[in-house]
Amino acid sequence: MKNRYTLSVFTEDVVGILSRVNGVFTRRKINIESIAASESEIKDIYRYTMVVEVTEEEIKKIALQIEKQIEVIKATYYLDSEIVYQEIALYKIANAALFAGGNVEEIMRRHHARILSVEKEFTVIEKTGHQEETQHLFEELEPYGILEFVRSGRVAISKPMDTLSSLVNKLDTLAEEAK
Amino acid sequence: MEIVANEQKTQQKKQVQKAEIKKQENIMNGAQALIQSLLCEDVDLLFGYPGGAIMPVYDALFDFEDKLTHILTRHEQGAVHAAQGYARATGKVGVCMATSGPGATNLITGIADAQLDSTPLVCITGQVASHLLGTDAFQEIDIIGISLPITKWSFQVTKAEEIPLAIAKAFYIARSGKPGPVLIDITKDAQFGQCDFKYEHFKGMRSYLPKNELNFEKVRKAAQLINEAKKPFVLFGQGVIISEAEKEFKQFIEKAGIPAAWTILGLSALESDHELNVGMLGMHGNYAPNKLTNECDVLIAVGMRFDDRVTGDLSRYAKQAKVIHLEIDPAEIDKNVKTDVALLGDAKESLVALTKLITKNSHIEWLTKFRELEQEEYNVVINKELNPTSPILTMGEVMEQINLKSDHKNIIVTDVGQHQMVACRYAKFQQTRSMITSGGLGTMGFCLPAAIGAKMGKPESQVIGIIGDGGFQMNIQELGVIFQNKTPVKIVVLNNEYLGMVRQWQELFFEKRYASTTMINPDFQTIVKGYGIKTKKVEKREDLAAAIEEMLNYEEAYFLEVMVGKEHNVFPMISTGSSVSDIRLK
Repeated sequence: MKNRYTLSVFTEDVVGILSRVNGVFTRRKINIESIAASESEIKDIYRYTMVVEVTEEEIKKIALQIEKQIEVIKATYYLDSEIVYQEIALYKIANAALFAGGNVEEIMRRHHARILSVEKEFTVIEKTGHQEETQHLFEELEPYGILEFVRSGRVAISKPMDTLSSLVNKLDTLAEEAK
Repeated sequence: MEIVANEQKTQQKKQVQKAEIKKQENIMNGAQALIQSLLCEDVDLLFGYPGGAIMPVYDALFDFEDKLTHILTRHEQGAVHAAQGYARATGKVGVCMATSGPGATNLITGIADAQLDSTPLVCITGQVASHLLGTDAFQEIDIIGISLPITKWSFQVTKAEEIPLAIAKAFYIARSGKPGPVLIDITKDAQFGQCDFKYEHFKGMRSYLPKNELNFEKVRKAAQLINEAKKPFVLFGQGVIISEAEKEFKQFIEKAGIPAAWTILGLSALESDHELNVGMLGMHGNYAPNKLTNECDVLIAVGMRFDDRVTGDLSRYAKQAKVIHLEIDPAEIDKNVKTDVALLGDAKESLVALTKLITKNSHIEWLTKFRELEQEEYNVVINKELNPTSPILTMGEVMEQINLKSDHKNIIVTDVGQHQMVACRYAKFQQTRSMITSGGLGTMGFCLPAAIGAKMGKPESQVIGIIGDGGFQMNIQELGVIFQNKTPVKIVVLNNEYLGMVRQWQELFFEKRYASTTMINPDFQTIVKGYGIKTKKVEKREDLAAAIEEMLNYEEAYFLEVMVGKEHNVFPMISTGSSVSDIRLK
């Protein structure tokens, strides 16, 4: 049975490692639903948050194959229930459509969305939430004409209390011992 | 006092000057730093092919010809396969070099082969100058991008000062853990650039810690399973050879009295005539080990990865058995076959720990079962292959003559196809690292260059390449290397004028529709003579033994072509999708 899994991948800050991680999916013909890359709380360690829909058997093997890549420090997968996660979406709507009447204000209020920027001809609305929530707002705004829409990759924080720094300290010690 | 002080001063001055001179001596260009780095890694032989973007390195190499021999192959694919043959025969890291663009892409097949067969390689490619990267410059290709999925690690050097660390890391990563190919791409400006050379061997990094702490609880569990087993069965692969655990492996199986079968990459880790050696696993392996895989109660896999050619249909593979897997790569555990106990770590360490905890045992009845099935295979297959009644020569009898006329200490190198399966099935071995074959990738054209590399790595050994007429023509140009270097390697072409293995499948599964498998070959004798190599062609049985004897005793290179049955098939066989126990004898 397929599930939605969120993968947290921690890597060294080197060129090409994203391609190596990506290759693990490509060669198995698995589509990555979303990806977000950023620095982590530790200097020079980067993290990717990737969302994929696969079976548990597949995600286990994928995580091991990713971890096998030389400059990957750790790859862990989670079910939605094991993480706190968020996405951000931006909606560009023509001012003319907003002022033509209707209840955009009421929709935004209900969705806890906010106006990010008002330009001469258009307004940018921002909504953070889970994909279903940003999608829901999209559907309600659609009749007013959405000029542009973008949703970020998921970012996620795991619920278990193991910290990256304790893992990195342990690995650093092991690497030191190897020398 | 003053005089003394002055003397001290001048001495200090001299020392400073000396240090400065020494420092100046360490200032060199990137190409020279590369050569120095290779020397620091004890490289004395490398294979390659020059070209525009690697010229500074070749120029630097010119000054070190006494310390670092470069073998000019006739194609970059020849260079990478030769480096593989060298690595597999010696256990050292093989090194090859090529220029940018087509030079680099020609290495790809060998790199992929090394990745699948865990062969330690450092491949060095030249690259266009860094300011030209991404401009589609002449002979510019993104070789890092192309090789990403088939390298254990890769790195592009754009500054001379990056070279020593890149090379140190490359050798460390290539040879440690599960070995594999590493590619270092060096831009031309980095080869010309100046750097202060300082070399330190690389010893580890936090994102790659190949050494695992052995889990003793699991060792105890595995030992208990083995001690309670009535019909234990060991499968071994190249992991035994890579971790140099041949002795420990033998002690393990001897103490527990367990029959042991090999993958073709594990072949020669245990001598052929060992009483517990029950033969070859897989598609064209021996009858008994395949059949009894589905009868054993405990299956102990040592340094092998349950390749599909070994397991057949996984849903009907050893389902009755408890599985113990000794493996260094965490990603291999449970990848194909679910294990009951996984011992993650170096095979040698795991075997030593396990041997301590197992009780001395023998399983004579169980072993007899293997020998009975072996007899069945002998009657139906082996006898006919080795003692044919028809005048047509078989591939098996050629291997058998090599066995009869030698001390079983040859290094056998093969290509891919029917002859490969026959060579693996019938060649006899006394020493480890004596079978060099392309297993995982199944690369035709592998043998000739790999045999040359093996011979150069092990000049004292008798190196015999066994090739089909198809594979011979895939890298036939490497005869030029034998000619130029007078490499005394022995080449046996088993000529059936077909792409034999594909033809066999066409016969069995495609209604004998022999699409593009017929080979109308040129006269190999004439070609090989052109390269100044002694040749012989055998078409009759009565000439075979003498020809093989002559070949083995000949001090220089020797080319023996044997005309074998055109439509002979390799049996036993597990057809695709079948279970190992459905192995057919004919």
